[in-house]
Amino acid sequence: MKILDPKVPDVSIEKKWSTFKSSCKLVSPANKERLDIIVVGTGLAGASAAATLGELGYNVKIFCYQDSPRRAHSIAAQGGINAAKNYRNDGDSVYRLFLDTLKGGDYRSREANVYRLAEVSNAIIDQCVAQGIPFARDYAGYLDTRSFGGAQLARTFYARGQTGQQLLLGAYGALNRQIKEGKVKLYNRHDVLNIVIVNGRARGVIARDLVTGEIKRFSAHAVVLATGGYGNVYYLSTNAKGSNGSLIWRAYKKGAYFGNPCFVQIHPTCIPLHGDFQSKLTLMSESLRNDGRVWVPKNLEDAKKLQKGEIKANDIPEENRDYFLERRYPSYGNLVPRDIASRAVKERCDAGYGVNSTGLAVFLDFADSIKKLGKETIEKRYGNLFQMYEKITGDNPYETPMMIYPAIHYTMGGLWVDYLLMTTVPGLFAIGECNFSDHGANRLGASALMQGLADGYFILPYTIGHYLADMIKEKPLPTDIQEFDLAEKEVKEEIERLFSTSKTETVDYYHRKLGKIMWDYVGMSRTAEGLKKAIELIKELRSEFWKNVYVPEQPYTLNQELEKALRVADFMEMGELIAFDALHREESCGGHFREEYQTEEGECLRNDEKFAYVAAWEYQGLDKEPILNKDILEFKEVKLVQRSYK
Amino acid sequence: MDFTLKIWRQNGPKDKGRFETYEIENITPETSFLEMLDILNQKLIKEGKSPVAFDHDCREGICGMCGLYINGRPHGPDDDITTCQLFMRKFKDGDTIVVEPWRAKAFPIIKDLIVDRSAFDKILQEGGYISVCTGEAPEANSILIPPEVAEEAMDAASCIGCGACVAACKNASAMLFVAAKVSHLALLPQGKIEAAKRVKAMIAKMDELGFGSCTNTRACEIECPKNISISHIARLNREFLKANF
Amino acid sequence: MFLNSSVGKKIVVSVSGLFLALFLVVHLFLNFLTVVDDSGDAFVEACNFMERNFIIKIMEYVLAAGFIFHIFYTTYLTWKNRSTRTTNYHVSQKTEVSWSSQNMWISGFVILGFLILHLYNYWYKFKFDESLEVEPIGKFYLVVQLFHQWYYTLFYIIWFIALGLHLNHSIQSGLHTLGLTNQKWIDRLNLISSLYAIFITVGFSIISLYHYLTYVLNNY
Repeated sequence: MKILDPKVPDVSIEKKWSTFKSSCKLVSPANKERLDIIVVGTGLAGASAAATLGELGYNVKIFCYQDSPRRAHSIAAQGGINAAKNYRNDGDSVYRLFLDTLKGGDYRSREANVYRLAEVSNAIIDQCVAQGIPFARDYAGYLDTRSFGGAQLARTFYARGQTGQQLLLGAYGALNRQIKEGKVKLYNRHDVLNIVIVNGRARGVIARDLVTGEIKRFSAHAVVLATGGYGNVYYLSTNAKGSNGSLIWRAYKKGAYFGNPCFVQIHPTCIPLHGDFQSKLTLMSESLRNDGRVWVPKNLEDAKKLQKGEIKANDIPEENRDYFLERRYPSYGNLVPRDIASRAVKERCDAGYGVNSTGLAVFLDFADSIKKLGKETIEKRYGNLFQMYEKITGDNPYETPMMIYPAIHYTMGGLWVDYLLMTTVPGLFAIGECNFSDHGANRLGASALMQGLADGYFILPYTIGHYLADMIKEKPLPTDIQEFDLAEKEVKEEIERLFSTSKTETVDYYHRKLGKIMWDYVGMSRTAEGLKKAIELIKELRSEFWKNVYVPEQPYTLNQELEKALRVADFMEMGELIAFDALHREESCGGHFREEYQTEEGECLRNDEKFAYVAAWEYQGLDKEPILNKDILEFKEVKLVQRSYK
Repeated sequence: MDFTLKIWRQNGPKDKGRFETYEIENITPETSFLEMLDILNQKLIKEGKSPVAFDHDCREGICGMCGLYINGRPHGPDDDITTCQLFMRKFKDGDTIVVEPWRAKAFPIIKDLIVDRSAFDKILQEGGYISVCTGEAPEANSILIPPEVAEEAMDAASCIGCGACVAACKNASAMLFVAAKVSHLALLPQGKIEAAKRVKAMIAKMDELGFGSCTNTRACEIECPKNISISHIARLNREFLKANF
Repeated sequence: MFLNSSVGKKIVVSVSGLFLALFLVVHLFLNFLTVVDDSGDAFVEACNFMERNFIIKIMEYVLAAGFIFHIFYTTYLTWKNRSTRTTNYHVSQKTEVSWSSQNMWISGFVILGFLILHLYNYWYKFKFDESLEVEPIGKFYLVVQLFHQWYYTLFYIIWFIALGLHLNHSIQSGLHTLGLTNQKWIDRLNLISSLYAIFITVGFSIISLYHYLTYVLNNY
């Protein structure tokens, strides 16, 4: 075991970032032109980073598996983006945003990073407005805000229920401008499958052209991963179908440490499952909890009748409704953080109070708000979400309450990075959801957009320069050297292995099975026994997968099943590490809930003495246990207390 | 529910392409259209046949990646949706469903139902942005925008770039797509400075890439999953006139 | 630059189209004189005025040029737009758009066919029939008597309907192309466009029917 040094400047918290910025090494404009950077992923983090690096003068190559950078899954973020502007004069400040984020993460994130995030949040809003993002405005033309889970003030800026889309299109615009200028080269429909390490530094990638199936090599002076999270290990999630953890996993296998893999966020407000062939779960924005009230029937008989379809929600009189979030958490009410809301929903459903045919749903009711504010206001705030809900379920939420249930949404865990956002492999950076850094054990709503853009626009451009300042003498690397041969061979061997099986079951079959194991044993509540079982089951499933998976057609041509198979092959290994990490963390915190460690009221029971660290796992080989390295979390600004939203 | 599917199969850009017919059974009405195709593909793989290639990603109607021409309508027989938001309850048991790719010279077919829409990216690269570098921005509330202007800009900005407008248009015109971006930026004070340059450059690129011209039939508006109004095309025309005279 | 772009071309087409649409009002007004005044004097007077007026004479050439330009240019653009699709859809479009907006070239082609007939019937004779110089009232009879044959009346009414379908789309489309609409006005202009089309179609048809019916009733 190693104790990791995150390289945080040793000054008071509010001076850390400015100290770093004023003392970091710089690269002159002439030298920037000689340096190449690879960015993988075109979401908020990747697009904003690539655009900014291009503006600075670096030569950037950016990759996405979709047909256009605009499709990255940041586009699906609905609710908003946090910033400490304090336009409402409601007591916000950088410090308070920092505290809320730290507390929301159940004190498992690094103070210095979270403070920096809060510090740059305001600049993000400025930047986005200048890019022409049509944020909501009040009558006088000033920016409007709303409140979100885990905060008692309104600091969330939004563009209808499509904030992620608008912010991404802003970053995509900035990226397009650099593509036009020739500073950024776009490789769309390319799946990056391996990282090339030369003399201990990340110097390139191997990518598969998804149209031709050709395996290609790319070299650079640094590699930035902005691939998003690995929520699709669970098969059903709110992630896009193509979202994958493959490059995180490749990086891990190449020596980058994997931080807190078991911290997975389960979002309380998703549309419940409907059938066996369901391919994904759809999120209903957290912002709905501003005006919607969550409830189940008070009486078990009513719940039974609802499940059988004998009565409808509106048949249950007010006095027989249990607004359980408001009951349990009077001060935050329906706006408690996601992990807490999710568990409360699960608790009610497990107790038999679920309201749909599967018993796995609760109501999110807008009747009171419609009465108070009028249908028009509600429509203006959530119109597109209500429409989306109606399209999927066939129910009209203006008339009957929505039904919701928690689903896998976001992964707080990810590649371990230091204060410079660099992994343990020199030259390999990780930004956005794919690093572990800012959200601890639970992410607050509207913070993912903030982190992605903070990393891409305002943090990485400084920190990568600090690293590249030592690389200016390095010439562009030819790709015909041994290291590239080897990395390409690894990819090709895996592809060919997928084609030399007994061809019995499809990729989806195994992915679904893996998802079921993960959800049942490594989901919302975990036990040591269950986790051990999950590890065994995953191992079995993995060997079955490699023996029997059926990948049709040819390897080096357009082959969507092969794309999936490569991703699922990585999930099969990743799932095991998630369970392993969850087993090692003998405490409950944020999204990680171990049944053995809970308070009498069923809340998370942290163990700060033993587990106030980031578990940074070091790969040792597939059949060996990984080594646990620790990034000790020191809290100088806050006193660790039991999180309370009561 | 049981269906007969007639699906366009084409091996590559140069292949001629043809329809193939498949029977599919026991589909529940809650199944989404793409899930139905997933089920079909599972079946085809197990029969040793090649699965149907189609684009999709977020499956919640926002990424704009999916796009199929189903029974004569882009995104199929429902209003204000993308293909992934189409559910089988919109069909009748026993229906024959014909599935085709977007057809436009500017969107060449890559395989089966997948088309290459990078022409859209190329148009936006010509100026579908405000040229502000990271760090240059003034304080956010120093730029005031009346809420109704912000709302109209938002209407235009909600374009997902799926290409249904091109697919629906008899001239395969990309005017609604281009207009959405031009209009969004021209409405905002930040975007006005580059407005003239932007509209000229984007239209020149659109023409160069082989899209047709607009004859105001409004088919694009009807099929747009985000309900973008052709009034934005009027604004584009206005901007274009202003830019030239 | 401007004329090379698709939007520039469309603007030129709308200007020419709107000009032609405006001409129809003048024409309709003239025709009404044959109904208002049975003797034909008012009509002949108006014809004489137009033949002598210098500006109108120039406008005649402009009008002819307008027609020729509109016909050839739109045909060229229609042909060009056809080439934006290499393969057509197997299932024809089910999007509910107005018929007239989709078939401007067809309605235009029908209008053109009749236009040639019309020019032969009247314009050619007005210009080159020397007897009309001597006896100008002949112009009035020429107009009126054509509609004594039922098939001509029918032909012309078909023509006016095609014209109406063409106009139904063209007024709003033209104004739209000139950027003169917005979210509020778009539906209003649709209505105005349709009303204008009805006005023109019904107006011309009434005149033809009037002459046919008065003839039939008088000879019954």
